[in-house]
Amino acid sequence: MPLDQTFVGRTWPPTETYLVGREKIREFARAIGATDAEYHDPEAARAIGYPDVVAPPTFPVAITMAASRQVINDPGLGLDYSRVVHGDQRFAYTRPVVAGDALVCVNSVDEITTRGGHWFITTRTEVRTEAGEPVVTVWSKLVQRGEEHS
Amino acid sequence: MTEILEPQTFRVTRADLVRYAGASGDFNPIHWSERIATGVGLPGVIAHGMFTMALVGRAVTTWAGAADAVKEFSVRFARPVPVPDTDEGTEIVVTATVKEVTEDGETRLALTATCNGDKVLSLAQALVRKR
Repeated sequence: MPLDQTFVGRTWPPTETYLVGREKIREFARAIGATDAEYHDPEAARAIGYPDVVAPPTFPVAITMAASRQVINDPGLGLDYSRVVHGDQRFAYTRPVVAGDALVCVNSVDEITTRGGHWFITTRTEVRTEAGEPVVTVWSKLVQRGEEHS
Repeated sequence: MTEILEPQTFRVTRADLVRYAGASGDFNPIHWSERIATGVGLPGVIAHGMFTMALVGRAVTTWAGAADAVKEFSVRFARPVPVPDTDEGTEIVVTATVKEVTEDGETRLALTATCNGDKVLSLAQALVRKR
């Protein structure tokens, strides 16, 4: 199914606030086997200048993947999620996510292209605090495989 | 001369995928159901791409010597990581070379991740600030 290229450049209203929990960061760190003290021990995090435990670098996707459903589930876009695979992933951090952060996500579509029967969509999610402080920008490229290859 | 960092190896089992699914909220059944994975043409249950990226992130923060070192981090998922239903699972080997040290002291790493000798990521890199 073709994607609607008029979605390029579109920006959605901010998502509801995601409150980052200390135990969620610890759970994520344990799941990836990350034992650095700053991920688990608030004192260790404070020693390097943060108010609470620090999230591992890929933790923000646990927030942005859910937030970007706002885009990919939009029926107007035409994405068939059963044929989607993850293409590229990129993070640009102002600072790490830390426990206690109250974060909102603003989703945009940066690019939609097609090649060889496949469709490629790049979403950009600006993750900020409720007060508007930038934290991390997250880009995801999803690939909708062509029907002949599915 | 390009500095090559010590490779790091990570073992991945089905139990790790279950834990990662719960922690990340990504419950796509191709990461836990053989029936559904093979039904969509995959060789079997595969690791979440973001799980592989998370392991590469562990390697990067270890090399950088700081949990908060990463300023930029990007990968392309080149091929899936099949995870057999065995106690041993599979192994991902992460390597890095230092490409550049910027004027303000940041280090750009070119990263690779392989599974059974196959490159599972391409165009992977990180910009880190060492402590």
